[in-house]
Amino acid sequence: MDMILGHYNYWMVIIIMMAGFYTVISRGNLVKKIVGLNIFQVSVFLLYISIGNVKGGATPIIETGVDLYSNPLPHVLILTAIVVGVATTALGLALVVRIKEAYGTIEEDDIHNQDQSL
Amino acid sequence: MKHNLILRVVSKFLIPLIILFALYVQFHGDFGPGGGFQAGVIFSAAIILYGLVFGVDKAKRVITPYILRLLASLGVLIYAGTGVATILLGGNFLQYGVLASSQLAGQHVGILVIELGVGITVMSVMLIIFFTFAERGQAVLNSKAESERE
Amino acid sequence: MIENHLSLLLVVLPLLAAPIAAVLPNGRLPWAVSTLVSWSVVYLAAWQLMNVSTGQVISYELGGWAPPWGIEYRIDAANALVALIVSGIAALTLPYALKSVIKEIPQQQHALLYAAFMLCLTGLLGIAQTGDIFNLFVFLEISSLSSYALISLGKKRQALTAAYQYLIMGTIGATFFIIGVGLLYAMTGTLNMADLAQRLPELYEHRTIHTAFAFIMVGFALKLALFPLHVWLPNAYTYAPTVVTIFLAATATKVAVYVMLRMVFTVFSFTFIENTPADELFLLLCVMGILGMSFYAIYQKDSKRLLAYSSVAQIGYMMLGIGLGSVLGATATLVHLFNHALMKGALFMAIGALVYRVGSSRLEHLPGLGKQMPWTFAAIVIGGLSLIGVPGTAGFISKWYLVLAAIEKQNWLIVGVILIGSLLAVAYVWKIIEVLYFKATDELEHKYVTVKEAPLLMLIPMWVLVLANVYFGFNTELTVGTAEQAVKLLIPSAN
Repeated sequence: MDMILGHYNYWMVIIIMMAGFYTVISRGNLVKKIVGLNIFQVSVFLLYISIGNVKGGATPIIETGVDLYSNPLPHVLILTAIVVGVATTALGLALVVRIKEAYGTIEEDDIHNQDQSL
Repeated sequence: MKHNLILRVVSKFLIPLIILFALYVQFHGDFGPGGGFQAGVIFSAAIILYGLVFGVDKAKRVITPYILRLLASLGVLIYAGTGVATILLGGNFLQYGVLASSQLAGQHVGILVIELGVGITVMSVMLIIFFTFAERGQAVLNSKAESERE
Repeated sequence: MIENHLSLLLVVLPLLAAPIAAVLPNGRLPWAVSTLVSWSVVYLAAWQLMNVSTGQVISYELGGWAPPWGIEYRIDAANALVALIVSGIAALTLPYALKSVIKEIPQQQHALLYAAFMLCLTGLLGIAQTGDIFNLFVFLEISSLSSYALISLGKKRQALTAAYQYLIMGTIGATFFIIGVGLLYAMTGTLNMADLAQRLPELYEHRTIHTAFAFIMVGFALKLALFPLHVWLPNAYTYAPTVVTIFLAATATKVAVYVMLRMVFTVFSFTFIENTPADELFLLLCVMGILGMSFYAIYQKDSKRLLAYSSVAQIGYMMLGIGLGSVLGATATLVHLFNHALMKGALFMAIGALVYRVGSSRLEHLPGLGKQMPWTFAAIVIGGLSLIGVPGTAGFISKWYLVLAAIEKQNWLIVGVILIGSLLAVAYVWKIIEVLYFKATDELEHKYVTVKEAPLLMLIPMWVLVLANVYFGFNTELTVGTAEQAVKLLIPSAN
């Protein structure tokens, strides 16, 4: 029981991660793939943020009378990763728009068929 | 969107407040939560809201795409330029301490300038992304309408 | 003063050049700025290599924060060698780019192309320079995002789907990598690679460390296109604009191999790897990759795609050195990393010159061109010989060290695979040469009679690389010497 409740943040991360990863692999729709990729990345953000928490620690802003703080570093790291994620999403969606214009569809199978028939 | 009077009035009221809040988040960032990333996104949200309510063309007249490209580059240059400035002043790359007379003052100056660069770039890049997608959609709609007419 | 900031300027100069190139008017200016910067970066990289070739380590503290708290650039011979390859290839690709880009890419995109190129260079050099594992991830994403954009500029619409496929797989790879980094950080509380190397040994039994290792390895195997995670690579190389193919083929996967070396030998150690199935798995995948992908290459109908499959096979050779896990193996990997950049750079430049003249890289459109473009054809022949590993070329040196490493481990199967791989390379290189020289039909010969040799600006970089292939086949001081020096620092127990 402690295995499950004591590490509930990791279990949530794993569930979200697998949901996202499965979406990326199984969906043929290019936009859905990007949505899946986002979910996958968000799970990693949660992993980092949850390991930054120190039990009983205060917000990491120096105050007199407090000597246990949460670790702010993972939050900073993940801010960078979020920006990278936004850039990836924007670039991915831009590619999907161009693919839609070039092929008239965003279904992977249709695109594959069109390229094969050439 | 011409007839949505409430939307137009409310957004005209909100946009200055959003911009003000963005500036607060930007410059108060070294004392409280905030900083360039957040401020840039909030600032661009104000202009995106304007674009959604009054039309993308009008929003583009507020900040033209060419200026946005200049601003995006300017932000990166401010960031890297600060680093080069600290080297020229005898420190390491991005060692803010050398920017002012004392270590503490230098840290303040450094982080404010760096975050300003980040804020400008994030703001302009978010707007570039928004304008580019909006433009594409319009171009496709126009060409569809044309082909239907034919 | 520059001397102290040498290793940093290497990364910052292209970073400054990118926004400048982006706002300059389309024309020759963005190209000129990028070329100038890339040449100064080569100069800095060569200087840096000279400084560390004696076994010294340069440490640069960003922001003046001492490691392990601050980000540290930590340069030893391995970093410096990789930085020199990346900047050298960039400096040769850019002069080549001028004409090729004008022909292949609409003019309004030129400035942005050079800006993306500079960003990609920033990212790759950053990976080579940094000693901080999260900083490495940031640079990895800078280089990856700009390369997705660069690939999508290709003329055919398949370039878009190739870029999309690479984006999905590349992002999964990078995300796997940060999962691994996060787990390492949770266990050790540090992100500095040298510091990690010190703190990890007492945790080797811990399951989290094994999980982190698996995530990092799979993540980078995706990035460096290790068989069977290579599916993005052939499409990306085939449909990207010529210049982008040259640059990415010669540098991007090499930098990923370097990171793999760094992870396997410095951050973790080979004693750790031996207790996991990773080393046997690497060897198995490499063997399958070398044989399978070389076969695939033989049956390709497009010369760019043929070379792309050959690249996947060659990555197998590089990873063999890591899988063997010895001093000789790591040396062979570093040497092959350098030499393969030279040969693939030369070959893709030569194919690019053919594309420049006839507008296609499909083999059926190329018969007889060898007679019209003798210099380009000669470059393909010499580059091909180097790819096969004929004595007197750079390719021979790296294969020689690989075979030595395999013999040292008494692994005769690997020796056999390397030899069979070389025979298969003969087959696919011959396929290009046969088409170019011996398959000329009267009809095509008539059509191509007006085709001239490639412009001088393309021939010179191409021949610099071709001659480098020959030079490093005889003089191994720079490659093997530096690699041996680097391995001493990579594997501390080797001393």
